Amino acid sequence: MALERSDVEKIADLARLGLNEADIPGTTETLNNILGLIDQMQAVNTDGIEPLAHPLEATQRLRADQVTERNQRDAYQAIAPAVENGLYLVPQVIE
Amino acid sequence: MQWETVIGLEIHAQLSTQSKIFSASAITFGAEPNTQASLIDLGMPGTLPVLNAEAVRMACKFGLAIDAEIAGTNIFARKNYFYPDLPKGYQTSQMDHPIVGKGFLDITLEDGSQKRIGITRAHLEEDAGKSLHEDFHGMSGIDLNRAGTPLLEIVSEPDIRSAKEAVAYVKAIHALVRYLSICDGNMAEGSLRCDCNVSVRPKGQAEFGTRAEIKNVNSFRFIEKAINHEVQRQIELIEDGGKVVQETRLYDPNKDQTRSMRSKEEANDYRYFPCPDLLPVVIEQSFLDEVRATLPELPVEKRARFESEFGLSAYDADVLAASRELADYFEAVNAVCGDAKLAANWVMGELSSLLNKDNLDIEQSPVSAEQLGGMILRIKDNTISGKIAKMVFEAMANGEGSADQVIEAKGLKQVTDSGAIEAMLDDVLAANAEQVEQYRASDEAKRGKMFGFFVGQAMKASKGKANPGQVNQLLKQKLEG
Amino acid sequence: MHQLTLAEIARALADKQFSSEELTRSLLARIQQLDPQLNSFITMTEELALNQAKAADARRAAGENGALLGAPIGHKDLFCTQDVLTSCASKILTGFKAPYNATVVEKLATAGSVTLGKLNMDEFAMGSANESSHYGAVKNPWDLTRVPGGSSGGSAAAVAARLLPAATGTDTGGSIRQPAALTNLTGIKPTYGRVSRWGMIAYASSLDQGGPLARTAEDCALMLQAMAGFDAKDSTSVDQPVDDYLAALTQPLAGLRIGLPKEYFGAGLDARIGEKVMAVVDELKKLGATVKEISLPNMQHAIPAYYVIAPAEASSNLSRFDGVRFGYRCENPVNLEDLYKRSRGEGFGAEVKRRIMVGTYALSAGYYDAYYLKAQKIRRLIKNDFVAAFNDVDVILGPTTPNLAWKLGEKNNDPVAAYLEDIYTITANLAGIPGLSMPAGFVDGLPVGVQLLAPYFQEGRLLNVAHQYQQVTDWHTQAPTGF
Repeated sequence: MALERSDVEKIADLARLGLNEADIPGTTETLNNILGLIDQMQAVNTDGIEPLAHPLEATQRLRADQVTERNQRDAYQAIAPAVENGLYLVPQVIE
Repeated sequence: MQWETVIGLEIHAQLSTQSKIFSASAITFGAEPNTQASLIDLGMPGTLPVLNAEAVRMACKFGLAIDAEIAGTNIFARKNYFYPDLPKGYQTSQMDHPIVGKGFLDITLEDGSQKRIGITRAHLEEDAGKSLHEDFHGMSGIDLNRAGTPLLEIVSEPDIRSAKEAVAYVKAIHALVRYLSICDGNMAEGSLRCDCNVSVRPKGQAEFGTRAEIKNVNSFRFIEKAINHEVQRQIELIEDGGKVVQETRLYDPNKDQTRSMRSKEEANDYRYFPCPDLLPVVIEQSFLDEVRATLPELPVEKRARFESEFGLSAYDADVLAASRELADYFEAVNAVCGDAKLAANWVMGELSSLLNKDNLDIEQSPVSAEQLGGMILRIKDNTISGKIAKMVFEAMANGEGSADQVIEAKGLKQVTDSGAIEAMLDDVLAANAEQVEQYRASDEAKRGKMFGFFVGQAMKASKGKANPGQVNQLLKQKLEG
Repeated sequence: MHQLTLAEIARALADKQFSSEELTRSLLARIQQLDPQLNSFITMTEELALNQAKAADARRAAGENGALLGAPIGHKDLFCTQDVLTSCASKILTGFKAPYNATVVEKLATAGSVTLGKLNMDEFAMGSANESSHYGAVKNPWDLTRVPGGSSGGSAAAVAARLLPAATGTDTGGSIRQPAALTNLTGIKPTYGRVSRWGMIAYASSLDQGGPLARTAEDCALMLQAMAGFDAKDSTSVDQPVDDYLAALTQPLAGLRIGLPKEYFGAGLDARIGEKVMAVVDELKKLGATVKEISLPNMQHAIPAYYVIAPAEASSNLSRFDGVRFGYRCENPVNLEDLYKRSRGEGFGAEVKRRIMVGTYALSAGYYDAYYLKAQKIRRLIKNDFVAAFNDVDVILGPTTPNLAWKLGEKNNDPVAAYLEDIYTITANLAGIPGLSMPAGFVDGLPVGVQLLAPYFQEGRLLNVAHQYQQVTDWHTQAPTGF
């Protein structure tokens, strides 16, 4: 299950993490070490065992359908990197 | 080469809850940008989702209405991808354990026959925001008001075989969600969005061809055109030796063609996993029983009842049951006048024309069901003829009151006194002595054509008020001696 | 004043020995003087603190007398504090003044506490040494060349150095307990769902829990009493009444059944730490407890399972840091992809990027079953081990860490070596049970912690045992030289 450089590039792309060229070999090696640790799991027999997603196995509570939020755009956009006319600005999205 | 079209539709219905699926923000259409975007909707660090009970209820309503399996537990999963209108970098949706499982919907085809379209599943998810590309000097503007609006994604089996069937299916879903009051179905505003998966295969082949997905087609007309265009494109492509690529396409109504979308993501690996901020949702049988009790009579049931109870044709039943409001209007008319066939004719005829002309919904009809029913009663009791009724109808639409009031005010009462009619006819015949002679001298065939002339004259003379039946009978008597 | 515990401060304030404002000013000055050696604070909130202190004094004058009224504390810098920089020790949250307060912050403020500042931590809570912070490493006040533990390293260092009597921290794989152990503090990770996660910036949603670090079990009880409770804004919050933790402290330990997992005492554990653990056992026996050996057979699989689940959840939780609505945005992004990649590439530190990539990989197509699902199955095995063990014993006892505080920089090049330090603490997060670490002595002048684990919602039991132990020992009263 060892990762190659191309795998690391794909993963970084999926996660939208810009990696420096120079860092890729080191990152690849470190990730492979971590995967080596994780792969120890494969030795465990888990036949017939149900996965445990939530430790206390509780169930979802439902919220009454009411509007309680009010407009706080100014406060929330005060910390935004780029806004105009109430919209968040990003480099042009082409569809 | 004979080709067969295979279509599957994914319909996203915006649920008409008060608040969003995971936050207590409003979802009213048309608000100023980002004024309905709370901390949760903005994906602010540290925020957490809490599930809207009404969204669950509405999804269950839908599931019961399509006779679907509704699992005891359903689970929300994260669909991970990056896009500016997706603030958390993932969409909370459902993957392996949707709230609604397999069901079906029967649709009526053009020839009146029924076809059962399988529904694979329906699941709850949150909507994304919107990107606006008007000029922000090379930037796009993101509005997150819509982010977090509850959606029910309804996935059909690939059971649909033509664009017309597809439209019939979408119309049926449209009617159903409105019947259930879970979605307003406003396609122009995006309350109901349709993605069409289209493929072709040689007739007789079992394997499906490669499909293309046409995203976000937002009207019945465009659905038909987009599918037809896409089918054509794929057939031509294959016949030219090419291969259909599995891709996402957009329908451009101005050019009436589909084009490949500039790929948002190349290889989309959504890395679905159960959302750890939400717990499994349990649906108890008692809850379902409660929801079932709130179901209205469904379109299919109503159509069947209209056919059996009122003797309407399948086509008429289908039209009248298309919307709950229309069906209720029709039944209200019928309750007044007791004549389903007449009620159906008037609702589907004159009333529909009037509404279409002024672009009104049935709820905005200037003629109430009581008024229309009352008018039909007067036709039945011979107070007015069918022709005069049209005048009465127009007058009622103009706000001139009930049928009786209009008839009174305009003196439209039908003349049924045979003595009066006879007298009028004698005058007509006297005034047209030549034609009378010609008539008496002609054969059966010619007489048929000339009869209409006399009827016309009689109607003119009586200003339309003479009972047509009696006119016909007495005229014939007089002409034939 | 800085030597006083929370409980002592409460009494002193009630006795009007000093005001909350005086105490606050005193500590602010002390922090300014001493924190440069430790780097435990990221942001000081002097104005807020003084306002809160004055308000507390006013409430006291009006007749109120709550245990935390006027108490100075600090918050780990992943608790959102309104209009104050909340950084998660990351460059990617530069300029992020939180637009709201975390529930934990609200509850503690309502109880009258005074926030002196936001505390340093490993970036996004990913670490065991507090070396991965964008704002620089934190030093252990017991030995300034060594790590204080992580990820709540700033919280631990500040409290251990008597800059604060108590602080909030979070624990996902041991991040309260382990730094508590390395700095001679008491720290408790409550049952999963006991403390609200609203406003507690997420690392691994199904593992994270907030809790206090302080110098005594009693102080932890005071803090936890205010922090715990159902919160409708957190779907994973448990709707269960909060026990009276103070009342629980004084229960005698006679009849307490302690379990010692045989798997804890193998290779990898510094033998000197093992000795300290057994000494604690002896003390508890004198107080009336009985001890037996138990087994947690799946313990060894906990680390690989954790290092799939936590990074997987984190990889998704951290996707919202994209330079669009808040935080760091790279200069002059040329297109959307560039905006994302450079903002995140430049904004996140190396360890965070590593874990995001591990998590992304673990969830990616074709690997989900082998990694994420497999880890969730091991998670159930670990939970089952505890459920079985708690049939026979009331608490499980053992070392908190396998090693003493290590030197700064020692494990930097080998993340896996750092991961292995979590061996004793991680299982509690996977199973969701509560866990506490308390001081148990010193080796070579460095603190040793002993861990107690209990069944769900038995935080009171843990605090009780620790408190009773602290009545007959004085490790917890020792302060590092120079502080």
